[in-house]
Amino acid sequence: MIVEIGHYALILACCLSLIQGTFPLYGATKNHGRLMAIASPAAYGQFFFAAIAFGALMYAFITSDFSVANVARNSHTLKPMLYKISAVWGNHEGSILFWTLILSLYGAMVAFFGRKLPKTLHARVLAIQALVGLGFYLFLLLTSNPFARIYPFPMEGNGLNPLLQDPGLAFHPPLLYMGYVGLSVTFSFAVGALIEGRVDAAWARWVRPWTLLAWCFLTAGITLGSWWAYYELGWGGWWFWDPVENASFMPWLIATALLHSAIVVEKRDTLKSWTILLAIIAFSFSLLGTFIVRSGVLTSVHAFATDPERGVFILMFLFIVIGGSLLLFALRADKLQPGGLFAPISRESMLIVNNLLLTVGAVVVLFGTLYPLLRDALTGDKITVGPPFFNLAFGLLMIPLFLVMGLGPSAHWKRTDLKGLSSRLSFVFIASLMAAGISFYMAGGTEIMAAVWLGLGFWLLLSTLFEWANRIKLFKTGTFKRMVRQPRASLGMSLGHLGMAIVVIGIAGTSFWNSEYQGIMAVGDKASIGGYDLTFKGVDGMIGPNYTAVKATFDVSKEGTQLKPLHPQARVYLTPPMPTTEAAILSSFKGDLFVVIGEANSEKYDTWAVRLYYKPLQSWLWAGVALMVLGGLISLSDRRFRMGNVKRGGKTNVA
Amino acid sequence: MRYLLSFLLCMMMSFSAFGIGVDEKPLPEPAAEARAQELMKQLRCLVCQNQSIVDSNADLAKDLRVIVRQRIIAGDTDQQVIEFMTSRYGDWVLLKPPFDGATIILWLSPFLLLLIGFVIIYQNQKRNSENLSPDPLSKDEKARLLVLLDEKENV
Repeated sequence: MIVEIGHYALILACCLSLIQGTFPLYGATKNHGRLMAIASPAAYGQFFFAAIAFGALMYAFITSDFSVANVARNSHTLKPMLYKISAVWGNHEGSILFWTLILSLYGAMVAFFGRKLPKTLHARVLAIQALVGLGFYLFLLLTSNPFARIYPFPMEGNGLNPLLQDPGLAFHPPLLYMGYVGLSVTFSFAVGALIEGRVDAAWARWVRPWTLLAWCFLTAGITLGSWWAYYELGWGGWWFWDPVENASFMPWLIATALLHSAIVVEKRDTLKSWTILLAIIAFSFSLLGTFIVRSGVLTSVHAFATDPERGVFILMFLFIVIGGSLLLFALRADKLQPGGLFAPISRESMLIVNNLLLTVGAVVVLFGTLYPLLRDALTGDKITVGPPFFNLAFGLLMIPLFLVMGLGPSAHWKRTDLKGLSSRLSFVFIASLMAAGISFYMAGGTEIMAAVWLGLGFWLLLSTLFEWANRIKLFKTGTFKRMVRQPRASLGMSLGHLGMAIVVIGIAGTSFWNSEYQGIMAVGDKASIGGYDLTFKGVDGMIGPNYTAVKATFDVSKEGTQLKPLHPQARVYLTPPMPTTEAAILSSFKGDLFVVIGEANSEKYDTWAVRLYYKPLQSWLWAGVALMVLGGLISLSDRRFRMGNVKRGGKTNVA
Repeated sequence: MRYLLSFLLCMMMSFSAFGIGVDEKPLPEPAAEARAQELMKQLRCLVCQNQSIVDSNADLAKDLRVIVRQRIIAGDTDQQVIEFMTSRYGDWVLLKPPFDGATIILWLSPFLLLLIGFVIIYQNQKRNSENLSPDPLSKDEKARLLVLLDEKENV
């Protein structure tokens, strides 16, 4: 019964989205107050019914109602509660329902926080948001119904992919989806502004918090996934340029560009049409990402053909949303008058370079991801585009980006005197060269690229600190007051850039200086890696709730000091039967010791395959990202951006 | 406990948990093994998604690792091992796509895109500055400006 209520609520939400997507839009063109006023209550209602639908599906998972096809395919009675819940979004139908729920949540948030927006813009933004939602409701109801029943129903479910049964992955999709879908708000604002034919500083201030919010979620979500891959997949890698990772990385790149170009719109009233275009592209990438991951088109072009109904719907939907918004852009963009002028060397042009490099980076990633598909479809040749391509092509693009990133914040708007800028920063540049050189020398000096990346990391780190020190006039009277009183947005920027610097240093360390050992160890064997001495003490069997495992014990010592022993596990899940590795990781400021246990020899079980890794500066990477997200959140709390706090034309709420 | 352990081990025999099997002997010479490892990182496990044969637990990846080591023992150079693999499995097996007529567009794409971007930006800036630069001062305006400047200096 509850499942049917969920299904019915989904249909109601679909109807509401149709109403919300049409009447207010018409009302806005006729300036008809009552029609426009439908938008907000419709948005709340839509969220209410989508939440009921989602709750009903979750109820079916929690009670293990295997008469629901989706539950039977993806759940199991023996699964811990956390994974019964996370299984709701761990499958195609459930994840699309979850997507839609968040979409309607953002719609309700815009309705609530945007009360002070101009009425027509408010109505239009909500209508666009609802039209996107309508596509998703129809997709669910027509091709991917999560509430479909089966008869006769099985007594037990199939279980969830064991790799996904992990706390990191339980929370990874919600965060990522909050990010993906958050970009829908920016998209709706962009399309709304195109219909209105007006983009100004106030518009940029309304859009920025939404972009920032989406960006924070996206950053955290991607990193959580990466962290999961790091400790769960057992190869010590954290980024594989896997198509699924790329699908989330591309919208992140565009959202980062958008975040920066919106600043230019706000402060300098220029780059307007470009910012609108970026907002459209960002959401297009997040739609594309969702669907390429969900449609299975990446594993093979033919997967698309096995389920033509969904495939055709997806293609049509993408065509309408992306094509339609780009068409509107082409028709209306010339109405957006360019504003302030700026010289070739100014903060504006540096932000343009940032945008160019980030956008080209995203397109290269897209091209690399789709190239094998295109080639297969056109010529039938099979080819692989793997990490070596992306590392080289994308990495090269990042070098100028990071160089400019150090300069940008110290440059002036409109016009910067290059001589002054370079003389101010030459000291920082030399210092970062020296820091890179010294650490390169201390690490043995083998990889030249390591020195390049370290240099970039230090350059970012020092130039960001330098700019911050300049801004608050460090060491002059009243430093503390200025430090506390500076706008939170600038503080957020400094923290964000600082985080990126730390990430870059971490990447340099972990990619170029990692060491690994793999071999066969018998009980009592010793191995050394990264300054740690390990002794293999043996294995025990153990039984988990829905898996059995072999748990190994390694004694660890460093320079003679005994540390806590490490216990890597090799698990075999029961449903579906599948082996996974649970690495044991000893993290420190300097680097991670990473231990994985594999299979035993088949006769006597006295020797075991073991992999050891030492990953220098690995924790810097995670810490850097945390700092970036913190910077984003602090910036979000800036009074200027408080949602709905801004009025058009006036600067009433600027502190 | 012992029973459990042997049960587990039996189960695990059917899967190798990751890219090194116990029956897989690393090459005795460390330098040769390092070469083998480096080569394995460039080769794709054909049945997986974007994984190298070092990172994969598939049986096929195991077989390929054995082949790489055999070729090295047979005295092949790195180039010959790669050629051997591509002759059997095609370019599909290489994680790094080769640079040839068909992939040139892929490899050059970053540079082409950057170039296109720069041209668009340049054109745009030029047009904007033409549209937006204020008209030059007329004669009257110049005269007034001079008067104003004079006044200011006299103050």
